[in-house]
Amino acid sequence: MTFSIATEMPPEHNSVASAHPEKAEAIISIKELDFYYGDKIALESITLDILKNKITAFIGPSGCGKSTLLRCINRLNDLIDIARVDGEITFEGRNIYDPSVDIIDLRRRIGMVFQKSNPFPKSIYENVAYGLRIAGVKDKTTLDDVVEKSLRSAALWDEVKDRLNESALGLSGGQQQRLCIARAIAVEPHVILMDEPCSALDPIATARIEELMLELKKKYTIIIVTHSMQQAARVSDYTAFLWLGKVIEYDVTRKIFTTPAEKLTEDYITGRFG
Amino acid sequence: MKKTFFTSGTPFIWLTGLAAALGLLMIVGLLLLILVNGLGIFWPQNLQQFTLKDGSVVLGEVWEKETHDNYDTGREETRYRIKTANRDFYGLDFRWLKEDDISERQMPPTAWVLERQAWGQFFGFIIRLSNNGVALASDELNVAAQLPEWHEKMLAAADEIHQLEKGSIGSISMQIENMRLEKRKVILRRDTTTASGRAALRRVDEELASLERQYQELEKELMQRITDSRAITITLRTIDGQEKELPLIDVVRMWQPNRMSAPEKAGLYAARVWEFLSGEPREANMEGGVFPAIFGTVLMVILMSIAAVPIGVLTAVYLREYAKQGPVVRAVRIAVNNMAGVPSIVYGIFGLGFFVYTVGGTIDQLFYSEALPSPTFGTGGILWASLTLALLTLPVVVVATEEGLAAVPRSIRDGSLALGATKFETLWRIILPSTSPAILTGTILAIARAAGEVAPLMVTGVVKLAPSLPLDSTFPYLHLERKFMHLGFHIYDVGFQSPNVEAALPIVYATTLLLVLIILTLNLTAILLRNRLYARFSVTKI
Repeated sequence: MTFSIATEMPPEHNSVASAHPEKAEAIISIKELDFYYGDKIALESITLDILKNKITAFIGPSGCGKSTLLRCINRLNDLIDIARVDGEITFEGRNIYDPSVDIIDLRRRIGMVFQKSNPFPKSIYENVAYGLRIAGVKDKTTLDDVVEKSLRSAALWDEVKDRLNESALGLSGGQQQRLCIARAIAVEPHVILMDEPCSALDPIATARIEELMLELKKKYTIIIVTHSMQQAARVSDYTAFLWLGKVIEYDVTRKIFTTPAEKLTEDYITGRFG
Repeated sequence: MKKTFFTSGTPFIWLTGLAAALGLLMIVGLLLLILVNGLGIFWPQNLQQFTLKDGSVVLGEVWEKETHDNYDTGREETRYRIKTANRDFYGLDFRWLKEDDISERQMPPTAWVLERQAWGQFFGFIIRLSNNGVALASDELNVAAQLPEWHEKMLAAADEIHQLEKGSIGSISMQIENMRLEKRKVILRRDTTTASGRAALRRVDEELASLERQYQELEKELMQRITDSRAITITLRTIDGQEKELPLIDVVRMWQPNRMSAPEKAGLYAARVWEFLSGEPREANMEGGVFPAIFGTVLMVILMSIAAVPIGVLTAVYLREYAKQGPVVRAVRIAVNNMAGVPSIVYGIFGLGFFVYTVGGTIDQLFYSEALPSPTFGTGGILWASLTLALLTLPVVVVATEEGLAAVPRSIRDGSLALGATKFETLWRIILPSTSPAILTGTILAIARAAGEVAPLMVTGVVKLAPSLPLDSTFPYLHLERKFMHLGFHIYDVGFQSPNVEAALPIVYATTLLLVLIILTLNLTAILLRNRLYARFSVTKI
């Protein structure tokens, strides 16, 4: 099964997408991707395109491989000794699994926000500045500017501007997650991966993050893994439904939720399993 | 019903509480025992004079009262343990007196307690003060009036003599020793046949001769001063009339307890505690202070930490972060854990064989060959003792650090890597700071273990009496090859190896108290530091 909706199926039905009428281009193309944990196959011949400045959601039951697929995109799975990848992922025209690719540079361009907020045990300021410091930026004014800009983008600046030097661990759960978003956008990535970013948050904090995502997609491409179908329906432009390591259906979000092509998708969406 | 009571857990809660209370009771009891006995000994007690029914008199401090049934008569009787001091007169410091034998008790106001350089304390009276045999004062009242001034002079003189011995004479004898080594070096190099070699030898010889002359002059001056200072004497009389003349300079401290008010006694108490903490030991360590032992203990613990903590942390980082997890790493981990259970004397003997004889011996042959056959590093010393203890405490640091590393959640590591950090950067900037409280916990445990160890030290460098501290003002300041004193060994030595165990007992209690306090202080410092780090770096919210 291959899905290449960018060319075959322009998303004219999607209300969110139609608000941005510029022609969508693929920033990431995944082709025939297989992923193995030891002998066990976790992802099987995945092929899909991620469109620039759109929010793409991966949904599916637990263990279907949606987080694994996300972690393939910034090669965070490399850390697992027994993991093995076949196929290719093209990001901005280059196969990221090519041996010549600088993995550090790749991760700087593809940021990530995790399921559980994971601020470093440092001050709020140092959390946001961390990526820049790693990149060798030492100039204080540059750091100050980027920290402020990133925190503003993450809609956190007003809440923390007076206590930048306090520990990030003193923030609330929702604030911590927005701090993690600020930390990710401080290094100016092109893509932001979000792995169930709201699963540990209350509805109000979730609403704020979702609002933020809609704001951020003007500048960034966002891929979100979520187990909440409502969330996928609310924020995403495109949705991929994964089941047992395969992409069952990938289309404009509204179409997936209203008139899915596959029976399996319909069963999942209507809550018959999962 | 019965089953419900048992399964309700109530008896189990009682059992756990009981066990905790038992442990607590033993610890508190031990601390109280040490505290009471260790703090009490410096308090100047009153001197009591007992007149016995057979007409003899005894002067001393009451140390203990005991009531028991007489074995023969079956009657209950009371007896007192009296410290009579005056070891040079009686041979013993203590004697027992039965309540029934005592006919009269008094507190003679003019009785003195003298702390002397030799023979321990003296209890009795001072009846004469003389200069070269000519009496300056010959009744107790006059003596008491003039004594403080003269004693002060004598203390000053003793200080000067000490300065002369340790300062000028000490430095000249060290120079002579260095010149001798220089001479041996020239001879060992076999260049006495060349002109320059002979010139060097001649120069050394001249230098040596001049130093010897200076030495002899200084020694003459020293002898003169000692003779002069010993001219001032006091005549002592015990309660039973025996007399003895003693140079005043041999008296360290003197007081009349029965005349002293409570504040005066408190002042004296403070002075004696201070002397114990800051002074050097006298009389086979049974009197005086324990400063060299405190110094040795603390320095050794510091050196041990400097050696054990970095190596332990690096080992743990390799095992947990870099090594491929598998049977080999598991085996290494088990081996490290088991090393913590090896008896410490085994480490001591390993230290003796490896550090002292092998490493130290090699260093001597390479760098100190002119001093052979007398060893420099090839004998026990503070460096080797510290390294042996570092080996002993290494497993503790490794295990604690590994646990700390394991506790840093995966999500934090991923967060750092996802921002483009390398594994090393993640380790250095995020994981190690988060692990620092655990590393300090390991250090605390290591310190607690190392400060209390005695057995391995006895074979790797601890001595009963070290002539000089391992840290002083002569180059290179820190003398790692020197032997040192240690509080734990001091307790063993004074308590079990001294000629007069009964008299030494108080000092054992005081030293024990001190050792416990030092370990407590070291631990508290580390705990405070750890709590501050927790507040800064803790990954898990509290």
